[in-house]
Amino acid sequence: MTAKHTPAVKEPLVHLSKRSSIHPLHAWAIRLIAVVLGLAVCGLVAFLLIEKIQEKPEKIWDFYNAFIKGSFSTPRKIWKFLKSLSILLGIALALTPAFRMRFWNIGAEGQTLMGVLGAIAVDFYLGGKMPEWLLLILMLLAALFCGALWAVIPALFKAKWNTNETLFTLMMNYIATFLVAFFLEVWVTNGSGALPKMKTGKLPVVGGNDYLLIILVVLFLAIALFIYLNYTKHGYEISVVGESERTARYVGISVRKVIIRTMILSGLLCGLTGYLIGAGLDQSITTNSVGGQGFTAIMVSWLAKFNPLMMIFTAALIQMLSQGAAQISQDLNVSGALPSVITGIILFFIIGCEFFINYELHFRGHGQRGKAEKEGVK
Amino acid sequence: MEKQLALQMKGITKRFGGIVANNQVDLDVYRGEILAILGENGCGKTTLMNMISGIYFPDEGKIFVDGQEVVIRSPKDAFAHGIGMIHQHFKLVDLFTAAENIVLGVKEEGRYDLKDVNARVTEIAEKYGFHIDPKKKIYDMSVSEKQTVEIIKVLYRGADILILDEPTAVLTPQEIVRLFDVLRRMKEDGKAIIIITHKLNEVMEVSDRVAILRRGEHIATVETKDTNEAQLTEMMVGKKVDLNIDRYDPENAVPRLIVKDLNLYDQEGIHVLKDISFTANGGEILGIAGIAGSGQRELLESISGLQPLRSGEITFYNPKKNKPVSFYHKTMKRVRELAAQGAFHDGQGKPVSFDGMSNKAVWKWVQSQGVLFNEDEVVNLRDKNPMQIRALGIHLSFVPEDRLGMGLVGSMGIRDNMMLRSYRKGPAGFLDRKKPQATAEKIIQALEVSAPNTNTPVSRLSGGNVQKVLVGREIAYVPKVLMAAYPVRGLDINSSYTIYNLLNAQKERGVAVIFVGEDLDVLLALCDRIMVINSGTVTGIVDARTATKEQLGLLMTKTEPLRKEGA
Repeated sequence: MTAKHTPAVKEPLVHLSKRSSIHPLHAWAIRLIAVVLGLAVCGLVAFLLIEKIQEKPEKIWDFYNAFIKGSFSTPRKIWKFLKSLSILLGIALALTPAFRMRFWNIGAEGQTLMGVLGAIAVDFYLGGKMPEWLLLILMLLAALFCGALWAVIPALFKAKWNTNETLFTLMMNYIATFLVAFFLEVWVTNGSGALPKMKTGKLPVVGGNDYLLIILVVLFLAIALFIYLNYTKHGYEISVVGESERTARYVGISVRKVIIRTMILSGLLCGLTGYLIGAGLDQSITTNSVGGQGFTAIMVSWLAKFNPLMMIFTAALIQMLSQGAAQISQDLNVSGALPSVITGIILFFIIGCEFFINYELHFRGHGQRGKAEKEGVK
Repeated sequence: MEKQLALQMKGITKRFGGIVANNQVDLDVYRGEILAILGENGCGKTTLMNMISGIYFPDEGKIFVDGQEVVIRSPKDAFAHGIGMIHQHFKLVDLFTAAENIVLGVKEEGRYDLKDVNARVTEIAEKYGFHIDPKKKIYDMSVSEKQTVEIIKVLYRGADILILDEPTAVLTPQEIVRLFDVLRRMKEDGKAIIIITHKLNEVMEVSDRVAILRRGEHIATVETKDTNEAQLTEMMVGKKVDLNIDRYDPENAVPRLIVKDLNLYDQEGIHVLKDISFTANGGEILGIAGIAGSGQRELLESISGLQPLRSGEITFYNPKKNKPVSFYHKTMKRVRELAAQGAFHDGQGKPVSFDGMSNKAVWKWVQSQGVLFNEDEVVNLRDKNPMQIRALGIHLSFVPEDRLGMGLVGSMGIRDNMMLRSYRKGPAGFLDRKKPQATAEKIIQALEVSAPNTNTPVSRLSGGNVQKVLVGREIAYVPKVLMAAYPVRGLDINSSYTIYNLLNAQKERGVAVIFVGEDLDVLLALCDRIMVINSGTVTGIVDARTATKEQLGLLMTKTEPLRKEGA
């Protein structure tokens, strides 16, 4: 069992070590650098691709110009940006209590859609038969109920039989979609399959802008949720259950109760966002009313490390990405696949940078340097 | 006989961030000797050994095997140089036999022939005096047998420099004797053996030389025959340490917790606790000894309301007769309920009835201490969850074995961990972080916890500090019963003695202390009585002042249960 080994003593070129601690500002700085690097790489890739396609060298600046233009060129675009951001943020906030509990609810799409369905169903059957304010309240209650119902079913199964919540919530999305398809079939008798925009059940316009109410509601939600998660007993229980179910049981927290309660909250918030879509924007429903935002919201919540206030920024980033990328493909006249490429590159950088937050690289020859980390106790 | 150098380390330095784990360490091991590496936790023993076995790479310094400089970049390289490490935690496939585990991952020429492997394993076993059946499955094996498999695994691969990381931590005294015999035989065979331990008596017994590390530095290497335990401790800790554990005689010990015929089945339907009966007295430390996994954890969890029992009774006994009733931990509603049950009487012995009295009048009467308890408080804790137990005002504290997985929340700071026990108090809704903050600061001061602040996640603290936080919290809760499972596991000498003192202080306060330990010397020195369990059965309850280690060792492996009631 003798070995052939190189006698030269050489330290590996790079080796990793886990950071014992990192200052939050340092971590956010790394994330910011990642976004900037991601954008730079996007510009480069787009530049190379566009040049090839159009055989006309574009100034790389056009790329970024178009990118910003996507969200901020006109007041209308800015409002639209803020509206889409709010809906995305609303769903992300709804997911957050569950995620803090390490309950991987990926059913926000369905829960929100059920919220829309509840609101529109009430509107469809009761619209015009009662005062508008009463109708709006009933729509809200129906939306909240449907959202919570869709969330509590997987929670009950998880609490009782420890079923896998990820699969369960995912499957509930499809049931919601086809339930909507079913109702459209029932409601729309002319065979077009499209429910015409209803004249009743529309949220009042606040401050002269169609979207302002939605934006304010979601902003309020973000702050309220931040307080709920960090400063209340419920929030504390969620953190304990999420961190270690055994610790929770050890101190007598009923894990089942917390799971069910938190998922009801998660579903209620999804239902509320569904209400904002149904009563505030669409006054109608399609199977695509939520439009995949329920899945994008997962990313928003994760990127913000489940911090509701940080989510305002991550939601803005994701929304900017998608609108900016759409604008690029329109302005620079390139294929519709480019937006996905750009979004992919940026997300790759953002998610990849977590590695550098958790680990430190040491290069050969710098071994002796070792910065003193005051916080490290271990 | 001229001794031949097997392994030599020169000027080894290893840093993790700003922390120096090993600083300019020189070490050498000869063939045919047992070198003990002694040092407190966090002194760099394991880091050093990990560099020899290829898990870490040194920042500076050189390693020589048989006088030749070598590079060890991976465990594979280490094996190539004949270096084998036996880790504290076994890495075996449960469903495989001993021989299958031993041969796993070995690249050999020719056909895979299990018969041949079995024969070779038996040969190695016979040569060094191991007792092993190569065809036995791992899941059927005791801890000691599993360790044997790990050692043979390393020998089978041709290792002649063996490193054993705390090999005795999981063994009974009898098994330790057998292991040491094997080690001596390997030594005679010319192998170089490094044994990491922090038990001084074992160092004295088995090693030829002792290398002492302190805070990452090599303090000295001494001949075992020229030294003694006191001198070694002094070198290890850096100052003189009194190794005696104080033990006061229990004062008016009264039964506090009476456990009767407990039976528990786990989720797989295995009978883990069998007819366990014992009494824990207030003002006394009851030790629980047994091989790891004999049901210690399940027993403590059962008492604290975390396990659904099949049968049995856990009675909490709180002498209260003729003591004044107070509102401490009782609501007005509860006081009225108790009165209706006839729990109270007045100074003349007449039963008290609050019927038709206003809350204010009741309050006044109770405050004047005119209402006395009729009966001692006797509560059956069975089938009550921790929250219900706490709601009854029974102060049952539990320091679980799994500190970060059960006792504390690793990602939370000391303050938020204090809240685990108390967060429900106070007005509904919002958390009160002021009181936990005060408790946290008090514990940091009183127990000399080293932590940057009360918000630093406790998972970042060292093992000793984590344990101080946990024990501190459980004591801050003014318990009547304090249960501690392996409270000094992995702690250095100073921290261990801090914990012993804390337990003793609780005993003096009249608390019934239940101490599950693994070091028999400590159990014998600290406890008043020791209960021994094996595979979920009580095999004996002995007086710690007269019992011997051998006696405990026998009880730990005995299978027939203790028939006598009580003790």
